[in-house]
Amino acid sequence: MNTLNTAMVEKYRNDFLKEVEENVEEGHWVKMCMQCGVCSGSCPFGPDWEHPPQEIFMMIRAGKRDEVLATESMWMCTSCYNCIVRCPRELPITHIMHGLANYAHRLGLAPKMNPTRRFAKIFWNNIAKTGRVNEMALSLKLYFMDGFASGVKKSLAMAGVGLGMLKTKRLNPFTLFRHKGVEKPKQLQAMLKKAKEIEDRRKGLAS
Amino acid sequence: MAKKQYSFYPGCTSERKASAANYMVSVNAMCEKLNIKLNEIPDWNCCGASIGYAEGGELPRHVMNARNIALSEQHNPKQDIVATCAACWLGAKESSERLSASEQLLADTKEVLKEAGLDVQLKNETPIRHMVEVLIEDIGYEGIKEPMAKPLEGIKFAGYVGCQTNRPFGVDGESFENPMYLDKMVETVGGEAITNYERKVTCCGGALAFSEPEKSQVQIKDIIEAAYDQGADMIVTPCPVCQMNVEVYQGQINKTYNTKFNIPVTYYSQLLTVAYGGDIKQAGLDGNIIRAKRLEEIASK
Ligand code: SF4
Ligand code: SF4
Repeated sequence: MNTLNTAMVEKYRNDFLKEVEENVEEGHWVKMCMQCGVCSGSCPFGPDWEHPPQEIFMMIRAGKRDEVLATESMWMCTSCYNCIVRCPRELPITHIMHGLANYAHRLGLAPKMNPTRRFAKIFWNNIAKTGRVNEMALSLKLYFMDGFASGVKKSLAMAGVGLGMLKTKRLNPFTLFRHKGVEKPKQLQAMLKKAKEIEDRRKGLAS
Repeated sequence: MAKKQYSFYPGCTSERKASAANYMVSVNAMCEKLNIKLNEIPDWNCCGASIGYAEGGELPRHVMNARNIALSEQHNPKQDIVATCAACWLGAKESSERLSASEQLLADTKEVLKEAGLDVQLKNETPIRHMVEVLIEDIGYEGIKEPMAKPLEGIKFAGYVGCQTNRPFGVDGESFENPMYLDKMVETVGGEAITNYERKVTCCGGALAFSEPEKSQVQIKDIIEAAYDQGADMIVTPCPVCQMNVEVYQGQINKTYNTKFNIPVTYYSQLLTVAYGGDIKQAGLDGNIIRAKRLEEIASK
């Protein structure tokens, strides 16, 4: 059990709305939702959301903590911002979805095998290392995250795409050995470390 | 006309031998003709992209963008920051807004920037703009037309604006559901714009094209189908993520759905470069996996 999660359960008891307001990015907006449903009709992967945004807001108010934090739904958000520009109450829905996903991930409650969660982690580690995306390393990590055999299969399925990118010089295999990022990657890493420390302290997430 | 100067944030996909390398090539050629000078922000870093939230959280993400803003203030003072990538533009602009809205966040950010050797004031007053805004607002349609040497006659373009160039910030004076600027740009350089293209602002799946390929490919299929339905010769877009997603998965979609998609997906900057008399190389057309033959014909005339 994640100790952070235990601490949060202790701290907020049955007030999940308050927990969201205090810990989730833009969470203080949740109570403004008037349940019109416009956002739920806006998601590109709509049918794949177990609980569309409107429902998630309702569930937060109803204190359904376990269901909300464990759902794959927020991880279906493509950051298309359709909902934001349509919401009559101007809720920053996209950011709340991102915030909920991040919070669930931090507490260890997010679905372990969700591909977007795993990809996002690989992506962030990729940029945090040198300050800039290394597309070659990123795609290889992604294909091989489920082990070698499955990676080979996925890479083969994607071979056509990869070859096209190589031929048109839009992918560089040599970045696997030498990838140019920012001038002082160590400094950038220190900056991100410090940022995380402060954020955790402010949000009471320091372990 | 005097040269217009901007502080340029190219972003990761624009780098040499990265996925939007050819976008950058055409942007450079286009800017040359329009008398625009792009001063690259020295030592810039990634914006965190839209997927950065999950592992990065808030402050680390904002700090990444703040570092770029600070470097821009230091090296290119008084110049607007301009991005060519929708995600870079959005990320930087979003962080900048959050920093203005919260003193605490601003103070924390400055504190953290010291770790990166940037003990700076961080005024955070620089406007952060997309290249299409520069074209429409600073150059204007008349100005866009001026260097034209070869109108793109007889080519039908489906203008695919996508999500993040359009929402949540969008371009002033344009609607979120049906922005017209891309069509106007096409017509300005003599092309035929499909103004009732149905999938103009449909999401391509963004970063989830990697992690949820099947779901994203349903979206991409719709985007391409609607372009074919209207008789488009090619798709044109302002976004490197849209460009890549809509172009490179066509083979896989053909396999899954038994379709015969083979439609080129170009950048607005490639159109303008060709219209301004640029050749295939200058327009980065050799970087398109599905070659835009009709544009290449004009370019090599
Ligand atoms: S569109 Fe806004 S007000 Fe309506 S249900 Fe969604 S979040 Fe609530
Ligand atoms: S930004 Fe996310 S939550 Fe909003 S409509 Fe798009 S996918 Fe749905």
